[in-house]
Amino acid sequence: MRISGVTFGYDAEPVLEDVTLTVNASDFVGVVGPSGSGKTSLLRLLLGTVRPQQGTVTRTPAVAVAYVPQLETVNWNFPVTVSECVLMSRSGRTWPWPTRAERAEVARVLDRLGIADLAERHIRELSGGQQQRMFIARALLRRPQLLLMDEPTTGVDVASRHDVLHLLGDLNAEGVAIMLTTHDLNGVAAHLPQLVALNRRVIATGTPYEVISPVVLERTFGAPMDVLEHLGMPVVLDRYDRFQGRASA
Amino acid sequence: MIDVLLDPFRYAFFVKGVIVATLAGGLCGLIGVYITLRGMSYIGHGLSHAIFGGFAASSIINVNYYLGAGVWGLASALAINRVTRSRRIGADAAIGVITTASFALGIALLTIFGNKGPSFDAALFGSIIGVSVADVWVLVAITLFTGAVIFCNYRALLFATFDPEVADVSGVKVARTDALLMLVLSLSILATLTVIGVTLVAATLVIPAVVARMLTNRFSRMLWLSTAIGATCGLVGMNLSYHLDVPSGTTIVLTGAVVFAVVLAATGGRRLQRTAQLDSHAEPAPANPTSAVGPALRSQPDPPTGANYRGGGDG
Repeated sequence: MRISGVTFGYDAEPVLEDVTLTVNASDFVGVVGPSGSGKTSLLRLLLGTVRPQQGTVTRTPAVAVAYVPQLETVNWNFPVTVSECVLMSRSGRTWPWPTRAERAEVARVLDRLGIADLAERHIRELSGGQQQRMFIARALLRRPQLLLMDEPTTGVDVASRHDVLHLLGDLNAEGVAIMLTTHDLNGVAAHLPQLVALNRRVIATGTPYEVISPVVLERTFGAPMDVLEHLGMPVVLDRYDRFQGRASA
Repeated sequence: MIDVLLDPFRYAFFVKGVIVATLAGGLCGLIGVYITLRGMSYIGHGLSHAIFGGFAASSIINVNYYLGAGVWGLASALAINRVTRSRRIGADAAIGVITTASFALGIALLTIFGNKGPSFDAALFGSIIGVSVADVWVLVAITLFTGAVIFCNYRALLFATFDPEVADVSGVKVARTDALLMLVLSLSILATLTVIGVTLVAATLVIPAVVARMLTNRFSRMLWLSTAIGATCGLVGMNLSYHLDVPSGTTIVLTGAVVFAVVLAATGGRRLQRTAQLDSHAEPAPANPTSAVGPALRSQPDPPTGANYRGGGDG
């Protein structure tokens, strides 16, 4: 997929300006940026649910794309069980009841994600990490070649975040291209092979070492940050004390 | 006692009324599941008022009630759905603007030109007196059509109700599915209006679905439970209407309210939480939202020990 010179906005004010980006087969890309920087809009452009005001979005014909939304956007009181939710990916069939083959496939995917024992639970009864894995299972049932994920680790604990990242790494190794958005520079972005720093425009692209730098981060987030190296990985430190001192002064 | 209960069934108008009320209750209960889960509970109230505008217009220009009010109601429903999906204003605001204007127009038309069609009071509060054989057959046809629409689009409707954005990118034709739902909703309100009434039809959409939601965590079970509760309320309410000599819409809704109160009391109010978010699509946070780390800018109380300083400065 390729986005070329795209400008997009919901009202007069553009959310994205002159964005050019390519997602190749087997890429694993993280998009980092502050709230309102256009991360979700970028995913929507790739999904085709919104159209650019300027520029073009080019998709490889017949490429299977699956989308995992933010957990916060879902009504968790909705009366469905985990298996029913995962089965939603098979909405093309007319017959309401799942076939034996569909039930087996759902069971296999849930088993792979380690939530097979939760299949008959109501979705509200899951932890944040389990909810995320359920949505990934629903996406996998579409056998995607490209997986787009909006803030997949927001609202999940550290152990679940590690599990999700390992799972995504395995999927990517099997040939699934992945693009995810995240606020979490240390917990998620630093672990990914490629990053895009976005704040209305593409500020930088490259490896975590190239993108997670004080200059790029300040341009992206609008706040000074320091970057350390720990066990071969960049670690971001904010300068909260200095802001606090400035405020009290 | 049995004789007293069976007494009204000697009258043909009552038998027709019971059939219509039972079918109408079940139909509204069935559709109400989708309406309440989409956070559009208010649409039943709004749409019935909008259809009243069509009722008045068709009465004045001597067009068949079902045709005139049906087209009017469907246009209103599609307009509400379109405005709501555009996210520029909320569903409640869209319904408030479009339907109250239509209702006001209906009253103005009837005031100026007079009523030439079904009774004004019957349209507002429901009545079993004016139910004709044709009304029964229309309702039977709409019930069968609605059942077929929901059966054939069960999966798409479920996905589009739960998560329309993901459904859209997963191959579900969400706009078409929404339009179908609005069509059957308009037809159902249209067919039940004369028995239940403009002012009370919303309750027959909402109460059975809310009660069913309190009783089950499964969507398919909620569908048939809500249908059964709606039909039972229609049957019981219609009998009460005869014996108490009170408008049928009133007794049907009050029966539903009693069922709600009984289920609430029986479950100790614990399951009322399940009905949260029936008035909005999303909630602020998931069940277990706490992240031990969270966003990097708020999550690093101390620099890692032994880290190598890589950049920064006072910038």
